[in-house]
Amino acid sequence: MAKSIAELKAIRDRMQAQMNLRKDDGDSIRVVVGMATCGIAAGARPVLAAIVDEVGKRELADVKISQTGCIGVCRLEPIVEVFEPGKEKVTYVNMTEDKARRMVSEHLVNHRVVSEYTIGAAE
Amino acid sequence: MKEISLNLLDIAQNSVSAGATLIELTVRESQAEDIVLMSVADNGKGMSPEFLARVTDPFTTTRTTRPVGMGLPLLKMEAEMTGGGLEIKSELGRGTTVTATFRRSHIDTPPLGDLKGTVVTLVQGSPDIDFVYRRETDLGQFVLSTREMREQLGGVPLDEPEVLAWIGEYIEENEQSLQGE
Ligand SMILES: Nc1ncnc2c1ncn2[C@@H]1O[C@H](COP(=O)(O)OP(=O)(O)O)[C@@H](O)[C@H]1O
Ligand SMILES: [Mg+2]
Repeated sequence: MAKSIAELKAIRDRMQAQMNLRKDDGDSIRVVVGMATCGIAAGARPVLAAIVDEVGKRELADVKISQTGCIGVCRLEPIVEVFEPGKEKVTYVNMTEDKARRMVSEHLVNHRVVSEYTIGAAE
Repeated sequence: MKEISLNLLDIAQNSVSAGATLIELTVRESQAEDIVLMSVADNGKGMSPEFLARVTDPFTTTRTTRPVGMGLPLLKMEAEMTGGGLEIKSELGRGTTVTATFRRSHIDTPPLGDLKGTVVTLVQGSPDIDFVYRRETDLGQFVLSTREMREQLGGVPLDEPEVLAWIGEYIEENEQSLQGE
C-alpha cells in the first residue's frame, strides 16, 4: 500500500496528546552537530541521524538536537557538542554512528561522559 | 564528496544560512540524456554579481586569502570533472539557484547516495523552513512538500522523530517506484 500524506493526521493525533504533557523548563540537554562542508564530508549526516534515532527511540523528551556550521578543526570532524545545564560543554570528535549511539546511552541517559571520544583524549 | 546527496546537503545549508524560508531541492537522473542533475533554489538573501564572481572563481585567490568557503568550488570541480558543470543564478534580496550537472555514465560521477538522509537532515535542522523535494528519473517523478505536511500535522513540529521517520519512509518508498523492479 502506498504511503499517503494523510497518515500524518494519525501521527498528529498521537503526538498532540503527548506534547501537552511536555515541559520546557530550561533543563534540557542541548546536542549540537557540526554540519558545515568539512563535517558533512567527514560523515556528520549519519552521526546526526544516529543521535536523532537513538534519542527518539528512548523518548528523551528533554534532549534538543541542533546543527551548526563550522565548529572548528576539519580533521576532528564529525564533531558533536553536548551542553548540560550547570556543566561544562563536552566536545566529542571524530564521531561515528556507533560512537554516537554509545554517547546517547552513556552521556545523555546516564550522564556519564564518554571520555575516550572527547577532544581531550584526541589531542 | 562521496555522494551527490552530500553535496546537496552542503549546498542546501548555504540556503539555510542565507535566511531562506523556502528551499526547493531537485534531483533528476536520466539514462536517456546521460545526466544527473541536482539543484537548490532558495528565496534567501542572494549575492551581488561581484560576490558571485568570486565564489565561482575561487582559484584566483590563494587558500589563505579566499574570502569564502569550499562547498561551491568543490561541487564545481566535481561536476566539471565528469563533463558537467555548475551554474549559479542569484539576485540580491531575491534568492539563489545553484544547479550542478554530472555526466551519468562518467566514471567519476559519484552515486546519488542517501537522498532521504539529506532531506531528513535538512528538515531536522530547520523544521520551520518550507522544503520542496522533487525527484525525477526516466520512469517518473515524485514531490515532497513540507508545507503540505505541516497542514496535516497541525501544530506538531516537523522535527519530531516520528515525523522525520515518516519522511524517510515516504521518500524510500517513492524512490523504489522510480527504480523499476
Ligand atoms: N544560497 C546562497 N545564498 C546566499 N549566499 C550564498 C548562497 N550560497 C553561497 N553563498 C555565499 O557564498 C559563500 C560560499 O559558499 P560555500 O562555497 O558553500 O562556502 P561556505 O558555505 O563554507 O562559506 C557563502 O559563505 C555565502 O556567503
Ligand atoms: Mg557552504
